[in-house]
Amino acid sequence: MPQLISLGARAADRYALLRVVASLADLPAAQPVIVPVALWTAWRAALVARGDVGVWLAPADDPAALVEDLALVPLIAIDFPQFTDGRGYSHARLLRGRLGYLGELRAIGDIQRDQLYYLAQCGFDAFSIPDAMDAEAALKAFGDFSDGYQATERRLPWFRRRDVPAAAVVPPR
Amino acid sequence: MYRYDHFDQQLVNERVAQFRDQTRRFLAGELTEDAFRPLRLQNGLYIQKHAPMLRIAIPYGMLASRQLRKLAEIARRYDRGYGHFTTRQNLQLNWPRLEDVPDILADLATVEMHAIQTSGNDVRNITSDHFAGVAADEVADPRPWCELIRQWATFHPEFAYLPRKFKIAVTGASSDRTAVWIHDIGLVLVRSASGQIGCRVIVGGGLGRTPIIGRVVREFLPRAEILNYLEAILRTYNRFGRRDNKWKARIKILVKERGPEQFARDIEAEWSTLEGGAATVPDEEFDRLAAFFAPPPYVGGAADKAALNAAIADNRAFGSWVRRNVHGHRVPGYAIVTLSLKRAGVPPGDVTADEMDAIAELADRYSFGEVSVSHEQNLILRDVREADLFELWTRLKALRLATPNIGLLTDIVCCPGGDFCSLANARSIPIAEAITRRFEDIDYVHDVGDLDINMSGCMNACGHHHIGGIGILGVDKGGDEYYQVSIGGSQGNDAALGRVIGPSFAARDLPDVVECLVETYVAHRHADERFVDTVRRIGLEPFKERVYAAAH
Repeated sequence: MPQLISLGARAADRYALLRVVASLADLPAAQPVIVPVALWTAWRAALVARGDVGVWLAPADDPAALVEDLALVPLIAIDFPQFTDGRGYSHARLLRGRLGYLGELRAIGDIQRDQLYYLAQCGFDAFSIPDAMDAEAALKAFGDFSDGYQATERRLPWFRRRDVPAAAVVPPR
Repeated sequence: MYRYDHFDQQLVNERVAQFRDQTRRFLAGELTEDAFRPLRLQNGLYIQKHAPMLRIAIPYGMLASRQLRKLAEIARRYDRGYGHFTTRQNLQLNWPRLEDVPDILADLATVEMHAIQTSGNDVRNITSDHFAGVAADEVADPRPWCELIRQWATFHPEFAYLPRKFKIAVTGASSDRTAVWIHDIGLVLVRSASGQIGCRVIVGGGLGRTPIIGRVVREFLPRAEILNYLEAILRTYNRFGRRDNKWKARIKILVKERGPEQFARDIEAEWSTLEGGAATVPDEEFDRLAAFFAPPPYVGGAADKAALNAAIADNRAFGSWVRRNVHGHRVPGYAIVTLSLKRAGVPPGDVTADEMDAIAELADRYSFGEVSVSHEQNLILRDVREADLFELWTRLKALRLATPNIGLLTDIVCCPGGDFCSLANARSIPIAEAITRRFEDIDYVHDVGDLDINMSGCMNACGHHHIGGIGILGVDKGGDEYYQVSIGGSQGNDAALGRVIGPSFAARDLPDVVECLVETYVAHRHADERFVDTVRRIGLEPFKERVYAAAH
């Protein structure tokens, strides 16, 4: 069972991540679930009626598939089959920055501590980390860098802030 | 040149601390080799044949003398007393110990240097014109742009795990000295009809296994939009670039498979959602960066041309050095001087720690304390008074840095090859040495004139062999080192890929092959016709006939 870091702290995970689901009948009763986007697309109305359903995206999936449903989905998980496959970083930025998704955005798969800072900057606010990982050490990794140059989902570019008093900086979500 | 403020310094310091901890965890067995590899590569650290190799970033090739002295100190303390300048304007150390690398990075940070993203599947060191800011043919100084893009690319959270490496070059001159056409992105600064500064955007060039000349995707991009546009290109590439095959993962393949027109439309569509957004660069930021590159305090008044001309007339060796290694400067009375790192007995681009110190001293004395590195692996003193040229030449000669061969056939561009690199099929340094020895008659080399020889030890093409007038590529034939030869490649405004002349050669034959090619050119050339122009006019046949007839 992986551990969950959510909103900067260890958290209990209510959701069951379902990697493979053949049909609606396979869903466990009375348990919040995260289902593949294909299942969501096929059974959208039934899943909305069931409630407590999150959706996960693979690297090759298009986040735009969820554009009409963002208000209905409390959680979107983005899968990193290997941490070196960086497509999920762009998915997160599209969901947050472009499509304005406000729910939980969770990184799942091969999530290691050395990627946590970048993932957070791209808009992830929840991280499913391996059971064996030292969660306290992982939490420190969010502070690997105190700031950065670029515009991200959590800050304006430095050149727009350098002459502005700190209080005027747009706070992270 | 650019100077760090507290913000820049803090980020680099934090990177050193991060990598120190990653190295500690790796050595303690907490990080696997697979997990550590991308992390060390993003800090320029390879595991090579004999030892690790550390590639130190020299952003757009600009070095201050105090930085060069620090590199000398590091080369002595942690390595074997020398370094190798690369075709990405970086410096490589071939013998550091893995355990020492965090300390090396900490030492570099004390002089505002680092090894960030000099390898890995990320945005690499931004390269530029080694004559930037002093060239007479410049539309705008590319260095403020380079610094802006350097900062944007440094620790960009979205683009640290791209399908493959990503190389950007920026030039502000009408004559291209940066090989913009063979980069993932090449930016050419231009002025619009209304006088606005912006850039032409070239995408999808590259060498390696599939050499391709880039395509213009936008003729004019206003400078305020540069980061939004780069973000659009990189995001498109990050999402859709191939990840199933390392050899098809560069952006050039995506551009080719989608078609350049469709790819340009895709980028423009992505950009339309970013245009005018948070990353739009205000004029004040360009002005702030440009101030770092303000001209140094030149001493006014034109030099005594008569004295210089007399010295040239008086001393043949000095004259040929001025002809080949000295270029015109935009300020009257000043000249641009290239120090040749191509000399017999020394691998191309290699410099010892003592030489680094000596060059730093010359930079302080003759050129406002700055040095630049060219992608042809030479060093440049950009702001030398014409009145000092003779004295400087005398001192360079004593250091064996005055070989008058810039742009000539012994100015060989060469990767480290099989002597050091674990990717190489064949060695390249001994071949460069053998060719240099064959052409020791400097008068003959001058008579042959402009001719680039580029050599790579493998398909990855670090030596840019495709764009050499003569290109040499190391290939593996049943475990033996062989070399494929191409001719007619060129860099610059008329960038072109060379064509292979035929079956490959054994190492010992290469000096003869090069000599045959050169003799064929000399026999066929029209007055003032360059090697590549002769190849274009008469084709490969006369060259092939001569080379392969001689081989039998």
